[in-house]
Amino acid sequence: MAPALLEVADLACRRGGRQVFDRLSFALGAGELLALTGRNGSGKTTLLRALALLVRPDAGSIRWQEAVVWSEKRQAEPETWRSRLAWLGHLDGLKGDLSVRENLLVAERLRGGPPADDRLDGVLIAFDLLNLAMRPVRVLSAGQRRRTALARVLLSQAPVWLLDEPLNALDVPAQAAFRTALRTHLAAGGLAIAATHADLGMPRPRTLELAT
Amino acid sequence: MSGFAALVARDLRLVWRRPGDVAVVLAFFVVATVLFPLGIGPEANVLARIAAGVLWCAALFASLLSLDRLFASDYEDGTLDLLLLAPWPLELAALAKCAAHWIVTGLPLAVLAPFLGIAFGLDAKSLLALAATLLVGTPTLSLIGGLAAALTLGARRGGALLALLALPLCVPTLIFGAGAVESRAIGEDFSTHLAILAALALVALATTPWAMAAALRQAGE
Repeated sequence: MAPALLEVADLACRRGGRQVFDRLSFALGAGELLALTGRNGSGKTTLLRALALLVRPDAGSIRWQEAVVWSEKRQAEPETWRSRLAWLGHLDGLKGDLSVRENLLVAERLRGGPPADDRLDGVLIAFDLLNLAMRPVRVLSAGQRRRTALARVLLSQAPVWLLDEPLNALDVPAQAAFRTALRTHLAAGGLAIAATHADLGMPRPRTLELAT
Repeated sequence: MSGFAALVARDLRLVWRRPGDVAVVLAFFVVATVLFPLGIGPEANVLARIAAGVLWCAALFASLLSLDRLFASDYEDGTLDLLLLAPWPLELAALAKCAAHWIVTGLPLAVLAPFLGIAFGLDAKSLLALAATLLVGTPTLSLIGGLAAALTLGARRGGALLALLALPLCVPTLIFGAGAVESRAIGEDFSTHLAILAALALVALATTPWAMAAALRQAGE
């Protein structure tokens, strides 16, 4: 087994007076995928948001390559951790008035990355968006928007993917495209944590079931 | 810094795609201002006396009008999460949003106000003073309004609450803005007023980004 890159130990989170999850521990090495399962409302999204530090955990620790990202006692500069993350929330995070192309390029510049123009076409082809690239996102269907949001994740080249229901609204060819992209990402040593019940197309996916 | 520029450019481009939003704000400014002479009557000396206060109040209301969408649209489509996750300070992102708001609201208001001042019978010196005070004062309105917008994010009836939060904080700017034009009209030096307006803008610049960032993080939870 690969040495762990991401280590989560005893993570706990309370929201609105309710313990969403408690003493949650897992470790992921390069090329590993963790599928989060559990009933609706079991805290999959909260866990993803806690890992992104969008929600403050209450106890436990998150480590990346043995350096503390977050713990009760010490919080490192969150900017370094954020630069490693690619985020796909349940909202697509796209601007309706901007085209697919503009949305992707702006998102990449907001991540502080170098101009991504030369990588863009490859990402658009991967999700079959080339012929939609100039269309404003507001005229796209839900599945086409989801594909654009996934293209944004792929464009970021971040090592850690945090995905909330990535296959939502995707048709069969788009699901296959996502699985290919995910496989390539993992084969290149990336990590992915996905909240989903659908088959992510990996031979032996590790799963973490959250109890309600 | 490239993220800051990218965010300002993005927001300006979004406004460019929907110019109606800015047009409504500017039209409101014109209509609200023109209502006063109709309500008060055509005595030139009365109008010239109230012009600065009326124009400043109308500018304040007009700039608040568009503020409730400042962060709300990003909050609703999920792009706020991307800003929260961007590997550069959220304070800068909040500042970039306010800067874009000022460019499309405060700046046009400052340019438009002297033309409306003519209708109130203001003399050339006062018109110039009006434009100058609005130019220096409106950034404060964008910043304070941005803070109120961040604080009311996700609240029901956020628009009314926003105005309630922002208006009292804008009072100093209003007093010195309108005061500057009046002292110019009676031939006094208005540089003190202008300096105080600039000081208020700097105080807002130095404090509101942190408060906005904290409020946005809270809204993201």
